[in-house]
Amino acid sequence: MKKLLLGNAAVARGAYEAGVKVVSSYPGTPSTEITECCTQYERIYCEWAPNEKVAAETAVGASIMGARAMSCCKHVGLNVMADPVFTASYTGVGGGLVFAVADDPGMHSSQNEQDSRHYAAAAKLPMLEPSDSAECKAFTKLAFAISEKYDTPVFLRLTTRVAHSQSAVELSDPDEQTVKPYEKDAGKFVMVPANAIKRHVVVEARTEKLKALAETTPLNFLQTNGSGIGVIAAGVTYTYAREALGNRADYLKLGMLWPLPEKLIKDFCAAHETVYVLEELDPVIETHCKALGLDVRGKDLFSMCGEYSPNGIKTAVTGETAQVFAAAGETPVRPPVMCPGCPHRGTFYVLKKLGLTVSGDIGCYTLGAAPPLSSIDSTICMGASVSAAHGMIKAAGGDLKHKCVSVIGDSTFIHSGITGLINTVYNKGAGTVIILDNSITGMTGHQDNPTTGKTIRGEATKQVDLELLCKAVGVEHVRVADPFDVKAFEKAVKEETARDDVSVIIAQRPCALLKTVKYTGRCEITDKCRKCMMCMKAGCPAISLKSGSPKIDPTQCNGCGLCVNVCPFGAIEKKEDA
Amino acid sequence: MKTKNIMIVGVGGQGTLLASRILGNLLLNEGYDVKVSEVHGMSQRGGSVVTYVRSGDDVSAPIIDKGQADVILAFELLEAKRALPYLAPGGKIIVNTQQIDPMPVIMGSTGYPDGILETLGAADVTALDALSLAREAGSAKAVNVVLLGVLAKTGDIAREKWEETLLATVPAKFTELNRRAFDLGYHYTD
Repeated sequence: MKKLLLGNAAVARGAYEAGVKVVSSYPGTPSTEITECCTQYERIYCEWAPNEKVAAETAVGASIMGARAMSCCKHVGLNVMADPVFTASYTGVGGGLVFAVADDPGMHSSQNEQDSRHYAAAAKLPMLEPSDSAECKAFTKLAFAISEKYDTPVFLRLTTRVAHSQSAVELSDPDEQTVKPYEKDAGKFVMVPANAIKRHVVVEARTEKLKALAETTPLNFLQTNGSGIGVIAAGVTYTYAREALGNRADYLKLGMLWPLPEKLIKDFCAAHETVYVLEELDPVIETHCKALGLDVRGKDLFSMCGEYSPNGIKTAVTGETAQVFAAAGETPVRPPVMCPGCPHRGTFYVLKKLGLTVSGDIGCYTLGAAPPLSSIDSTICMGASVSAAHGMIKAAGGDLKHKCVSVIGDSTFIHSGITGLINTVYNKGAGTVIILDNSITGMTGHQDNPTTGKTIRGEATKQVDLELLCKAVGVEHVRVADPFDVKAFEKAVKEETARDDVSVIIAQRPCALLKTVKYTGRCEITDKCRKCMMCMKAGCPAISLKSGSPKIDPTQCNGCGLCVNVCPFGAIEKKEDA
Repeated sequence: MKTKNIMIVGVGGQGTLLASRILGNLLLNEGYDVKVSEVHGMSQRGGSVVTYVRSGDDVSAPIIDKGQADVILAFELLEAKRALPYLAPGGKIIVNTQQIDPMPVIMGSTGYPDGILETLGAADVTALDALSLAREAGSAKAVNVVLLGVLAKTGDIAREKWEETLLATVPAKFTELNRRAFDLGYHYTD
C-alpha cells in the first residue's frame, strides 16, 4: 500500500518496521514529528525527555539491553546530545542505535544554520541522508542494520525540506521486535580509560570497514546519461539537481555521507570534464574531494548561507535563467508574530513598559524580540536566558541586578534553565527569572513536558511543581502571576526586581491554541477611545491603525481581553457572541 | 506528463496546511507521483506560509521555484502579490480578497498596498471573497475548503473524488459544514 507520508513520519514508519522498541527525544523543529509519529505504533515505547542529552542516554541504555532504540533531535539539539554520542561511538551497541538529526538550512525555525555532517567525522559515526520520504523509511531500516552489523550508533541526517515534505511511501510489514539477550560486558560498556583505550582502537578499525562499505553500498549510486557534466549530491539537493538538469548531467548520489566513498568519487571525477559538488551549508564533501586532489566546483559558485534551489543550480551550471513575473510596488514583509491571545504578550508588554534588560530564550516567546514589543536583549540557545543574565549582572555590577530579567518557557526551563538557576543561587547572583508557564511546549506544536502532568501519549503522570522546584534550589522569593492581569503583573515585576537576591516569577496562563483554552466573544473599541495608542503597544495582530484610530479586526480577535486590561480609559469592551 | 505545480500561500493559522494535505492525498489517489512541501515551527506563527503541491509521473524536487507554479492558490491578497514571481508563464491565480494586516502595516511603518489585483497584471486571476462564502457555509474557518472548491472547478478531477478525499480528511462532525463550503467554492462564478 502506498501512502503519502511526511519525511519525519516515514522515519517513524521505518523505525516501526525495523522493530524499534524505545524512542526518547526532545522536540525541535524540524525533527519533532518523528517521535510524535512513533506514538502511532503501540509496540514502540516513546517518550519526551527533558532534554536531548537525557533522551540520547535513554536510547543508549535501551541499546545496551539489546533493544533497537532511537533518539531524535534538531541540529542544535545534537550539541546538547553530543556528550553521550561521542562515547557511545566507543562502546558500540547492543541493539541497533540510531540518532536522527534534522538540520535547518535557511533557518525556517532555528537560531543558527550549523551543518551536523561535521559531527559524523568528529564522532566517527556513519551518517546516512535520505532525499525523500521513501528513502527516509528505507534508510532508517538500513541504519539499524548497519548499526548492528558494524557495532556502531548511526546518524540519520535530515534537512527541513526532506523532514517536512510529503511523498509516497510503500508500507511493508514490520519485522519482529527482538531484544538480544543481555550479557554484562564491562570492557565494552564501562568507558574508563583502561577500557576506552582499547575501544578507540576498535573504533578506528571499524572506520576502515565502514569505508569499504561506502564503496559498495546501494546507498551510494551512479546515474549516467552520457554527459560530460558530473554532479555529486545528497539529500534534497540531489532532487533539486535532477529537477534543474534532468538528463543533461550524470549523478553520483550519496546516501552515505560518512565515511565518503573515495574510490567512487575519484572514478566519477576522472570520467567527467566538470564535476559540481552540490551541498547546502558547509563544503563537507567538496573539502574531502579537494583533499583527494580532485578539481571540483562547489562553493566558488554557491553560498554557504541558506538553501539551494533548482533555479539557482540551473543558472550556475548552464547559465540559463528562469522567466519571472515581478509585482509592481512594495510588498510589506509578514514576519511571524505571537498569536492573538498569546499569554506571552502580556509579559512583554510589561517588560517593555518598565524598560528592563531582558535575557531571552528559545520558544514562541523569542517573538518578544520583534517590534513593537522589542523587549529582548539577547537570545542564544536553550536555557541561556538564566545563565546569561547571571553573567550580565556579575559583569555590569551596579544597578543592573534591579533592571535585568530572564524569560524562559516552562519546557525550556526544565531542559536546561534549572541548572542556570542553581548556578545563580549558588554563586550569590541576582535578577529575576520569569518562567513563562503556558502549560505546554508551544513552538514545536504542543508537546507535553515534565511540567504538564501528561506523557507523550497523554497519560497522567507526576508533574513538576515549578514553585517548589525553585524554592528547593534555594530561591527565597517565588511567586505566581497572571501576565494578562497587567497591573498586578507589573507590580510583581517591580517588587521582585527590587530585591538584592535572585527571585522567580511564574507567569501562568495557558497557550491560546490549546483546545482547553476557550476565549469567547470579541473585543471592540468604543467611542470612549482617546487614541492614546496604548493598545497598539501590545502588538496584537488583531489591532491595527485605520485612518488614525485603532481598530480591532473581528476575524483575528479571539476575545482574550488583554487589550481591555491594557486600555487606560476603559474604551475597549468585550462583546459576547450573539 | 509534465509535473503540475500548485502553490498554496497564506497567513499562518488560515488552514493552508490542511488544504495542501487534502490536495496531495487526492492526487496520490488519482495515481500521480506526489510531493508536498510544508512549513512548520516558528514560521507558522502568523507569518507568511507557503506549501507546494507537485504531481506528475515522476516528481523530483519537493519545492516549486520561481516561474514554475501553474496555479497559485492564495488565501490572502498580499500573499498573492508576494507569490507572483513563482507563477509560470500562462499560470493561474485564485485569490481570496481577504486582507490581513502584517505587523509593519499594523505599526504604521508602511501601508497595505492598494490595487493589488491590478498589479497581478496579465495573469489569469480569479478573485473572490472566500471569507464571506465560508461564513455563509457556517464558519469563517472554512475559507480553505471554499478555495479548494474553486480550485476543483478549474481542474479535471471529478468532483466526487474531491469530496471523498475532503470528507475523509476533516473530522466527521464538520462534514456538513465542509460540504457546504466546498459547494459554494465550486459554484462560484466571477
